[in-house]
Amino acid sequence: MVSDRSRLGFYLLLAPILLWLVVLIILPHIGLFLVSISEKIGPREYETGFDNYAVFFTEPLYWRTFARTAIMSIMTTALTLILGFPIAYYIAKLTRGRTKTTLFLMCMIPFWVSELVRTFGWMILLRETGVISNTLQYLGLVNGPIEMLYNDAAIMVGLVYTSILFMVVPLVTTLDSLDDSLIEAGYDLGGTSTSIMREIVIPHAMPGIVSGCIVVFMLSLGNYLTPILLGGKDSLWFTGMIYTQFITRFNWELGSAFGFLLLALSSLVVFLGLKFSGQSLSETMGRP
Amino acid sequence: MPFFILRGCNLTHPNPDLECRDLTKDFDAFRAVDHISFDVPQGSFFSILGPSGCGKTTLLRMIAGFQSPTSGDLRIKGKSMIGVPPNKRPVSMVFQHLALFPTMNIGDNVGFGLRQRGVNKAEIKTRVEQVLDRVGLPHVSERRVDQLSGGQKQRVAIARCMVLEPDVLLLDEPLGALDLKLREHMKIELKSLQHAFNTTFVYITHDQSEALVMSDNIAVMSNGRFEQIGSPHDVYHRPDTAFVAGFVGDANKIDAKVTEVNSAMLTLATETGSEMKVEAAGTGLSVGQPAQVFLRPEAIALGALDAGAESGANTSQGTVETVFFNGANSTVTVKDGAGHLVKVAMPQTGDFATLKKGDAISTCWLPKQARCYAVSGNA
Repeated sequence: MVSDRSRLGFYLLLAPILLWLVVLIILPHIGLFLVSISEKIGPREYETGFDNYAVFFTEPLYWRTFARTAIMSIMTTALTLILGFPIAYYIAKLTRGRTKTTLFLMCMIPFWVSELVRTFGWMILLRETGVISNTLQYLGLVNGPIEMLYNDAAIMVGLVYTSILFMVVPLVTTLDSLDDSLIEAGYDLGGTSTSIMREIVIPHAMPGIVSGCIVVFMLSLGNYLTPILLGGKDSLWFTGMIYTQFITRFNWELGSAFGFLLLALSSLVVFLGLKFSGQSLSETMGRP
Repeated sequence: MPFFILRGCNLTHPNPDLECRDLTKDFDAFRAVDHISFDVPQGSFFSILGPSGCGKTTLLRMIAGFQSPTSGDLRIKGKSMIGVPPNKRPVSMVFQHLALFPTMNIGDNVGFGLRQRGVNKAEIKTRVEQVLDRVGLPHVSERRVDQLSGGQKQRVAIARCMVLEPDVLLLDEPLGALDLKLREHMKIELKSLQHAFNTTFVYITHDQSEALVMSDNIAVMSNGRFEQIGSPHDVYHRPDTAFVAGFVGDANKIDAKVTEVNSAMLTLATETGSEMKVEAAGTGLSVGQPAQVFLRPEAIALGALDAGAESGANTSQGTVETVFFNGANSTVTVKDGAGHLVKVAMPQTGDFATLKKGDAISTCWLPKQARCYAVSGNA
């Protein structure tokens, strides 16, 4: 009786996550996959095959856009890590008590505002008649208005800004768990700041670095709003391309195939990244 | 040539390894370390013993360089260490929780310091093996930190410091986390390691038995000051202050008033009127002053009621209140006529094996076995 009861409790507790997985993730993906393998050969006439996938590899625009998206996402991830690590280190190791909470909160507060609003904020700063352009003109540093929007740098700035929190949080958590006496022991044994960072702090923070990088990479790769708004019409972001297939071209079959390719290729990039850094996913996720 | 023999001897070193002069550390309004001066001779085992919060950790961290003194000087091998960062000091520290690097294997842990000095790889490998061999852990360099037992980690932590051949090794209560059996074992092992390496050890602890067993010299610390520096024997048998007498070892503390002074022999009376004689020279006590008498449980002899007391000894009659059986460390509390409880070590000869609550018994101790101190404000 007791074991039956506890089993019932177990399934009841499991139900929400199972429902979530099956209804919201697995079922749509099965549907999407079925759509992606149907080739349109005439009006309302479909055949099963992988032609939609072949299009991606035969048409250079598509895979080049994907490569561009992936490379820019990797650069965003690297930039976010470089910017996020010192912030996280400062919050986790160099501050205590109230200051720590305040700083952590200050990192979070911008994320209470919608991403759309934050991106428009960047547009106000960067556009031709925006704050930065006007200030530079006012100071006499430039002669005419300058346009800082609609280029790759603007996309990068937007992406880093959007995703830095997802880098800082896991890093603060892992760095927090680093015992201060390990750092002191490093100094005591003759280590310099650089060697202690390299041999003690970074190896310890590796799980946080890896999980932060995975999250930031995936978020950037799958971001739609920021590249479109800050990059303009020609931003060429892979998610934009999927959107075009679904909405503009009514080609759901190709769009679905792109969706699956995005999933497969981004997983491949993450897999290679893990191999390259010698980390395993279970270790990274199990030891946040 | 006796001159040359003397030069090699430990007793006549002109330059101690570690000298502290008037070392003081203030944290805002709180003075953690208060004008401390001491020398530690080369190759000796020096312990700083004190209750938690007495400032001993701050003192150790100043020697290691993690904190800088507010005033005073600190010299290692004659060189002042003021302003020298921890990674440039010829001292190494064994941390309370050892602070072995969990991301490295044992070999890399021990080799860390040598890598920082830019020693080449082959030499690091041989020196790491050598030092691990010396601490009795050969062939463990490939293992992970969590694959070792508590005692082995301890030895690795010491090896990690000793491979750098420091002038002074600092130990911050490293035995605190071990269980009792292992702690007893490690005490002896630490002492023999210290002997084998012939390095100066500065050991801080709140555990008096660790300090007594291992040290050549003990400093008893309280409220940021050294109460006494001396050999374990001196600290135990000739405590300078009431604090030391109460902190090191077990003692019965008796509050009394001086009723008679006869050169070194004092006669004191407790509030309830029981009298005792204590031999204490140089206490400066005069008649009528309140004093504290400290009496070790093992200094008191138990006897049958009719047993003749030695002349001049303090004797009293009482009844057994409780028997605390603890093997060789068994004790008895005896309630005397006036209702005072006195803790007495149980002689291990078997004469008192049948002692039980309520038995009538006499206690007896010699005046020279007790210590007497004037009552000061903070005692």
